[in-house]
Amino acid sequence: MRVSVDLDLCQGHGVCEAEAPGVFELGKNQTVTILDDSPGDELRSEVEAAVRFCPTSALHLTEQE
Amino acid sequence: MTIAVEHKEPPRVSGGEEANGHLEELREDPIALMNRVRAECGDVGVFRLVERDVVLMTGAEANEFFFRAPEEILDQAEAYPFMTPIFGEGVVFDAPPERRREMLHNQALRDKFMRGHASTIADEVEAMVAGWADQGEIDLLDWFAELTIYTSSACLIGKRFRNQLDMRFARLYHDLEQGTDAIAYVDPYAPIESFRRRDAARVGLVQLVEEIMERRAASPPVEADQRDLLDVLMSITNEDGSPRFLANEVTGMFISMMFAGHHTTSGTAAWTLIELLRHPQEMELVGSELDELYAGGAEVSYQALREMPHLESAVKEALRLHPPLILLLRVAKEDLEVDGFEVKAGQMVATSPSVSNRIPEDFPDPDTFLPGRYLEPRQEDRANPWTWIPFGAGRHRCVGAAFAMMQLKAIFSVLLLDWEFELAQPPDTYRNDHSKMVVQLQQPCVVRYRRKSGSRRSGPASR
Repeated sequence: MRVSVDLDLCQGHGVCEAEAPGVFELGKNQTVTILDDSPGDELRSEVEAAVRFCPTSALHLTEQE
Repeated sequence: MTIAVEHKEPPRVSGGEEANGHLEELREDPIALMNRVRAECGDVGVFRLVERDVVLMTGAEANEFFFRAPEEILDQAEAYPFMTPIFGEGVVFDAPPERRREMLHNQALRDKFMRGHASTIADEVEAMVAGWADQGEIDLLDWFAELTIYTSSACLIGKRFRNQLDMRFARLYHDLEQGTDAIAYVDPYAPIESFRRRDAARVGLVQLVEEIMERRAASPPVEADQRDLLDVLMSITNEDGSPRFLANEVTGMFISMMFAGHHTTSGTAAWTLIELLRHPQEMELVGSELDELYAGGAEVSYQALREMPHLESAVKEALRLHPPLILLLRVAKEDLEVDGFEVKAGQMVATSPSVSNRIPEDFPDPDTFLPGRYLEPRQEDRANPWTWIPFGAGRHRCVGAAFAMMQLKAIFSVLLLDWEFELAQPPDTYRNDHSKMVVQLQQPCVVRYRRKSGSRRSGPASR
């Protein structure tokens, strides 16, 4: 799976960082930095929760070919 | 050979021949005006507001342009002249996105404070219902407006300040909100009754805050952990030792901090209750959901942060049908092109939650209250990020949205577990008053309450 962020939408609530700390980090400019844009399947439930609970729907998950 | 691409001027809506253009229609029936723009012109159409054209965008594509545009292109500060007399000169309506993110991080809206806020809100609801008899009537506008003065002051400024407020503050604050007649586009200080009341209310609020500040200054200092934002502001001094912020400035800051979350939450709470009472089978679903969640005697502070799909969907649907802000405005700072139409620098650009939230292609059966549209797999809010816009979208999306949802869940947890409600008027007589830019319920808007007989939480010992 691949995660991406739409930075026009990110407001830096930090919900994703709380859900999946190894994948998302709130950067200095207070929008999210994706630490690992193709996380392994063992992180699927955390990453899905991060995408689902993002208050601004800024995160997207796509399946890799 | 170069081909010059000519962008057309967007079409204009009918009417508006008067000197002030469509101002009178905007003051009388803004939603009809905006729907007519979409019906006659499509996704991009123009109406006239006093001296300026307003380019109204609706539909996903135009809305996305609106919400993604950076501050330098679509400016918000100039677009709301009716707010300046309310906040006071020099207090800005909205901060740029970076400052908003900073505020979100440094202040009360942070995720980690939510649990404390949920408990504060539950306490405020309990305190209000403690004054209720076993049955009676409330006016939804008055009741929720007062409640949300207490919740927003307690959460955003501090409990100490909230405990020094009473209904006088709520009444004055209401007069401020009523002072938002669109006549402000002609003159924000026009000699009309609602503006006189607005200005008197602001003076009254400054007096109340000044009294609180004087009382504090004359009392011994409180423990550090009891201090609230007002204590902090009072402790800041100029180089010569004089106080940095006087009552007028403090009041302006407090008014502006509370403004975005007050009438919006109050109105949404009222509409959620009205719609649930109009749709008993939905009320049934919400009631069972709450009974189940609280069966083990859990605290509201804990449960209000968890998922409540039925209640959340009911709130979302109340927001879709009755968005607290019906018209979002910006001023174009340069010439732009949207959907092949030109927008000129200086024109106003707008989008409308009331219109977009009911586009039938995105929200089938758009005028019907159907909370099920948010459940999996439909999720019509997430499927339509640019047209499901009760909180706006993009850079300026409401930073308080998560707080607002938590607050509404906490309020209804307390209200619906212990009390039964019924409409005290014919269902179709509950309406919004659109004569001001700040939309409020039209009075009367009365409901009856009755204490539940088998209420698990009834009586003062339950908490």
